[in-house]
Amino acid sequence: MGQRTPLYDLHLALGAKMVDFGGWDMPLHYGSQVEEHHQVRRDCGVFDVSHMTVIDVSGLQAKEWLQHLLANDVDRLHGCGRALYSAMLNEQGGVVDDMIVYRTESGYRLVVNAATRDQDMAWMQGQLGSYQAQLHERPELAMLAIQGPHARQKIAELVTQSRGTLIHQLKPFEGQADGDWFIARTGYTGEDGLEIVLPADQAPGFFNDLVGAGISPIGLGARDTLRLEAGMNLYGQDIHQAVSPLAANMAWSIAWEPVGRNFIGRAALEAEKAAGVQFKLVGLVLEERGVLRAHQVVRIANVGEGEITSGSFSPTLSKSIALARVPTATADRAEVEIRGKWYPVRVVKPTFVRHGKTLI
Amino acid sequence: MSNIPADLRFAESHEWAKKEGDLIVVGISEYAQDALGDVVFVEMPEIGKVFAAGDAAGVVESVKAASDIYSPVAGEVIAVNEELGGSPELLNSAPYDAWIFKLKPSNPAELDKLLDAAGYAAAISE
Repeated sequence: MGQRTPLYDLHLALGAKMVDFGGWDMPLHYGSQVEEHHQVRRDCGVFDVSHMTVIDVSGLQAKEWLQHLLANDVDRLHGCGRALYSAMLNEQGGVVDDMIVYRTESGYRLVVNAATRDQDMAWMQGQLGSYQAQLHERPELAMLAIQGPHARQKIAELVTQSRGTLIHQLKPFEGQADGDWFIARTGYTGEDGLEIVLPADQAPGFFNDLVGAGISPIGLGARDTLRLEAGMNLYGQDIHQAVSPLAANMAWSIAWEPVGRNFIGRAALEAEKAAGVQFKLVGLVLEERGVLRAHQVVRIANVGEGEITSGSFSPTLSKSIALARVPTATADRAEVEIRGKWYPVRVVKPTFVRHGKTLI
Repeated sequence: MSNIPADLRFAESHEWAKKEGDLIVVGISEYAQDALGDVVFVEMPEIGKVFAAGDAAGVVESVKAASDIYSPVAGEVIAVNEELGGSPELLNSAPYDAWIFKLKPSNPAELDKLLDAAGYAAAISE
């Protein structure tokens, strides 16, 4: 038996098909993952993401420590409530994890992946050294993501007046506390929406209210196809300890300035840049019928070979798409081997759909 | 509880088979489509291809995964359900109507070696 979120019984009552995800028993879908996907793109839906790890960082040197720990620079967070996406690297420049960092009144809140919880905690504890910073994991909190074009408007009507006002005021990538709730305008679907961190004992009631108000529960299956269409990396597939962020479409999240900020992995990344980055993460579109899957081989004429890191069927595009790591010189055509046959694919920027619109 | 029509025979690999004149019609069971989730692509066998019982005959791809379908009896492929090309989701919505291929069996008696409805119900409840 895996770990269970506070919503486990509700998932079963809603008819969810449960799967193991990083040691957690989580809903894969509640009937049709394709329908759930469309629901989020066209209206909104609610995800239980309580398996994700919430860590609060406080102390006199919390900022200095995070500037050492992370490839992005928390000095860019001007004011309480601002958030940024960052990689946490090892000395070789490989990705230990990716996360969102929120600046809070008492310091910083990190939201990291569920499956990497143990390695992250061990790594972060090991990097504390003499920094005056404290890590405080928050397993007593649950987390819901409500995503889709109508998510904020619908949620604002279902919460207290002050929370509703806050939801209307939040800017993209901003998160603020209201009482014992933390409400952020962030997500993992490529749509507008919210992520709400709240005490575990309040989560079932709130989730029930949302479902009662007609907001569909959405499983991990649709979460995966939504994030794939949005071109967002999944830790353990598109990125891991042996992958550089420069080869994972994450260069934008590395803060090179100021040059004196010596974050972990910086020297390795600078050496990689100087030598020339060998690989890049691209999007693939299969024009024929079939489904691209992780680990299928990609062949680029006169350039070399690469590999699909995530692949699936895109419900929005009604065709198969993938993320693939390929040689930097790859242009706009490639081939993928599916069950012994080579299929032509189009190579595109790895953002297929954003805010309901097709970008390829 | 899965729907298991009494007039069909089943392979342990979750295909159903039915006699239709001198042909055998093959599809996948309600239980199989439920386990696969949303089906988005069906790779059909080629017409004229000859299979032994248990040979991989095609592939059903759901959003989640690719899954082989096996020929439940030996025979030659006579027809494939072209409708599944444009509407693979029929395997989810009507698994016992949405046949995948039809075989001319090498040995029509092989059908009787497959599980009957009660046997298949027992197999999937294990």
